[in-house]
Amino acid sequence: MVVEAGHFALALALGLSLIQFVVPLWGARANDPVLMTVAPAGALAVFACIAFAFLALTFAYLNSDFSVLNVYQNSHSAKPLIYKISGVWGNHEGSMLLWVLILALFGAVVAASRNSIPMRLQANTLAVQAAVTIAFLLFILTTSNPFTRVIPAPVEGQDLNPLLQDLGLAIHPPLLYIGYVGFSISFAFACAALIDGRIDAVWARIVRPWTLGAWAFLTLGIAMGSYWAYYELGWGGWWFWDPVENASLMPWLAGTALVHSTVVMEKRDALKVWTILLAILTFSLSLLGTFLVRSGVLTSVHSFAVDPERGTFILGILILFIGGSLALFAWRAPMLKQGGLFAPVSREGALVVNNLFLATACATVFIGTLYPLALEVLAGEKISVGAPFFNFTFLPLIVPLLLLIPLGQTLAWKRGNFLGTAQRLFAVFGISLLATMVLFAFTYGGPVAAPLGIGLGVYLVLGSLNEIVTRSWSMGTPLPVAWRKARGLPRSAWGTSIAHAGVGLTVIGIAATAWGVEALGTLKIGERLKGGDYEVRLERIIPRVEANYREDAAVLTVFSSGREIGTLETMKRLYVTRGMPTTEAGILTTGLGQVYASLGEVQADGSVGIRLYHKPLVLLIWIGALVMAAGGALSLTDRRLRIGAPARAKVAPPSAVPAE
Amino acid sequence: MTRKQRRLTLIAAAGCVLAIALGLVLYAMNDTIVFFNSPADIQAKSVQPGTRIRLGGLVKEGSVQRGADQQITFEVMDAQAAIRVNYKGLLPDLFREGQGVIAEGVLESPTAFRADSVLAKHDENYMPREVADALKKQGHWQGEANAAPKTQ
Repeated sequence: MVVEAGHFALALALGLSLIQFVVPLWGARANDPVLMTVAPAGALAVFACIAFAFLALTFAYLNSDFSVLNVYQNSHSAKPLIYKISGVWGNHEGSMLLWVLILALFGAVVAASRNSIPMRLQANTLAVQAAVTIAFLLFILTTSNPFTRVIPAPVEGQDLNPLLQDLGLAIHPPLLYIGYVGFSISFAFACAALIDGRIDAVWARIVRPWTLGAWAFLTLGIAMGSYWAYYELGWGGWWFWDPVENASLMPWLAGTALVHSTVVMEKRDALKVWTILLAILTFSLSLLGTFLVRSGVLTSVHSFAVDPERGTFILGILILFIGGSLALFAWRAPMLKQGGLFAPVSREGALVVNNLFLATACATVFIGTLYPLALEVLAGEKISVGAPFFNFTFLPLIVPLLLLIPLGQTLAWKRGNFLGTAQRLFAVFGISLLATMVLFAFTYGGPVAAPLGIGLGVYLVLGSLNEIVTRSWSMGTPLPVAWRKARGLPRSAWGTSIAHAGVGLTVIGIAATAWGVEALGTLKIGERLKGGDYEVRLERIIPRVEANYREDAAVLTVFSSGREIGTLETMKRLYVTRGMPTTEAGILTTGLGQVYASLGEVQADGSVGIRLYHKPLVLLIWIGALVMAAGGALSLTDRRLRIGAPARAKVAPPSAVPAE
Repeated sequence: MTRKQRRLTLIAAAGCVLAIALGLVLYAMNDTIVFFNSPADIQAKSVQPGTRIRLGGLVKEGSVQRGADQQITFEVMDAQAAIRVNYKGLLPDLFREGQGVIAEGVLESPTAFRADSVLAKHDENYMPREVADALKKQGHWQGEANAAPKTQ
């Protein structure tokens, strides 16, 4: 009964979205406030309906209602509770439902922040948002209905893909989707501005927090996905340049560019047309990512759907929205008032360079990801474009950008002085160069990339913090005074510095992987395997039987330079229902580094294959991403966003919500 | 600087970055791309030894041999040919005799291949798409018999 009600609520949401699409658009054209206020009401109602549908599906999962096909295929009564909940989106239908739920959530939040957004802009924005919702609701209802029943109902379900039975499933998809889908708001605002034919600094001020919030979530989502793949797949890698990863990296790169270009637009009323285009492209890349991942053109743990009808449908949505919005852009953009040009050496000039590099880097990832697909369709030739391609094309474009970050951040608006800026960073240059040389000397004979990369990371961290220091402290200022001054700096300045420092931390983590060691061996009980300064001893192998799997766990004692530092456990599991084996890596964290072991099959003579890695500073890769997101979140609480430009008494909520 | 000069500076900078990126992409396309081949393709196209490729097919029943120190050999076959693969490392969880596999590495001779990574299908009813297509082309595809009731 609840399931049917959920299905009905989804259909109702489709009807309401149609109203939310047509009426406000008409109202904005006719300048009729009554019609325009349909938009927020509609958005809230659509959200309520979709939320109900989502809860109905969750209810079916919690009750292990196997008469629902989706639950039967992806759940099992013995599955732990947390995976019953997260399993709701651990499949094609449920994940699409989560997608529209977040889409509707964003619409509802825009609707609720009516006091900070001009009425026409809000009406048009929500209408565009409704158009996206309609397309995806149609997709769900016609090709991917999660509420389909099976009669007669099976007694037991088929269980969730074991790779997905992990805490990561509860965290990674929601974060990633909030990021992906959050860019739909920037997209909707851009289309609304084009429909209205008007765009100014107020628009940028309104859009920026949404973009920044979506960007912060996408950063967290990608980092979480990367860490999950790192410990779950047992290959010891954290980024594989897999098309599915690239599908999330592309919107992130474009979104990063967008976050920066809206700053220029807000402060200097320039780069307008480019910002609009970038907003459209960012969400288009999110849609492309959804298509790549969900249509089954790529084979990975993410692509649940192999039904060609679904792929065609999403491709249709993709073409409709990208084509439609770009056509709108081509038609209306020439009518927008161009912003002013500015001096190349200035903060805004540096931000243009940032956009140039990010957009180009994004384009190379795009080519590397889509070229194999295009070639297969056109020539029938199957190729794989992997890490060597991306390292060769992406890195040369990103490293100069990284080198420019502290410079750009230090340059003044309007008219910067390059030499003066370089002087302010003199100490930073010196320390990072010194750090590089010291590291190089200490690890002489080792890989050169590590000291160079770490030097770059140190330069980024110091260069970012230098901005705060030089703005609040000069020679002779007492520290309490400087601290008060620093606290008085706008939070967006702190946010920028922290986010950029986060980039530096990630760079250090990545560079240090060059020092990683790897060893492979066959061990019997009591035997040892050595990798660099680290060594493990196989203590015992424990067989266990759990609710929905059984496993052999190898217990290893870890030694560092001969001294015992702890134990770790790596498992080979067999999930009974699906008959599917998985490997669970064993990880021992030592400071910021990790000792990582994964287990091969247990052989007849009782010996096991063990792959051992030591990864120094590896945690910095993800800590850096957390710091980046924290910087973004801090920036969202900036005074000018909290207070807002229009002089209404109420506090503007749009900034508060994505910051959660 | 005049307005025109500023605009030109911007265009020139953009042009430079794009040109460099294009150059990198074209160069990398020649050098870093790996082609997918089935054992039959290797014979038909007479792929030169020393070429880096992705080899896909079925693991021949009874061909898997484990040597000392995690040294593993197995044969990858399709309807027309088979190639011996040498690999040192842990095999993926879903590696099975008689099932689809993709190995990436270097072709050493027309019948021997040194793999540095081995990928197997992701779940019990998924065959690597490249392998499935290659088998279909040769008419040796029985369909996803066990996959019928499961759409995932």
